[in-house]
Amino acid sequence: MVYLFVGIGGMVGSLLRYFLSTAVTEICSTAFPFGTLIINLSGSFLLGWISNHFVILKKLPPQLLTGLTTGVIGSYTTFSTFCLEAIQLMEAGKYFFSFAYIVISLLGGLIFVRIGLKIGKH
Amino acid sequence: MSELIYLSIGGFLGAICRYALSRQIQGTNGFPLGTFVVNLLGAFLLGLLVGIQISGHYYHLLGIGFMGAFTTFSTFMLESEQLRKAGKDHFFYGYIVSSFILGLGLLFCGLMIGHDI
Repeated sequence: MVYLFVGIGGMVGSLLRYFLSTAVTEICSTAFPFGTLIINLSGSFLLGWISNHFVILKKLPPQLLTGLTTGVIGSYTTFSTFCLEAIQLMEAGKYFFSFAYIVISLLGGLIFVRIGLKIGKH
Repeated sequence: MSELIYLSIGGFLGAICRYALSRQIQGTNGFPLGTFVVNLLGAFLLGLLVGIQISGHYYHLLGIGFMGAFTTFSTFMLESEQLRKAGKDHFFYGYIVSSFILGLGLLFCGLMIGHDI
């Protein structure tokens, strides 16, 4: 049963990722992959927030919580597309963009997950 | 419209495969081996798919849907923060540095292998 929750969550998370990255690309069509960056940072924040918030509150049944965290947020964010975009920037000779993308994703992800955890506690 | 259906199927299966696989591969020493392996495998396979120039519905199904949902950035960040908080500094740095270097390296290898096929 938990697999079904994770699967449905994965569907929702993937659709959200697709819609958001399409919208961001339409708004600002630069070479820098803002779409995936926004997705990965907001997802890191949400996962930190939810994992502290709901664990303390224990309002949700555990299967639904796994569907939400592992399913929705886990699938909303992505590591493979991040790697692809970083490599494609390098291949295009945009080394500074690639380096900036990697550093901002890493430091931003760590900062946002920590903010999420902190806010989730209160 | 139909690209959304392919994307949804890919996301559904990708998330289940990540959950199943990362539960199977759990180290005993606290290192998040499951997410680590899943992310590296997904990066390599996405590189391979792009390398063989997969397109259209196949890219929505396998690339954006399956590989996008199979790999995860948020869990990677959460586990890193938990390692740091637990004082496991060598795991924290090791997890981050090896994920990034190997992820980028394997994606590039996938691309090159895909180009040659």
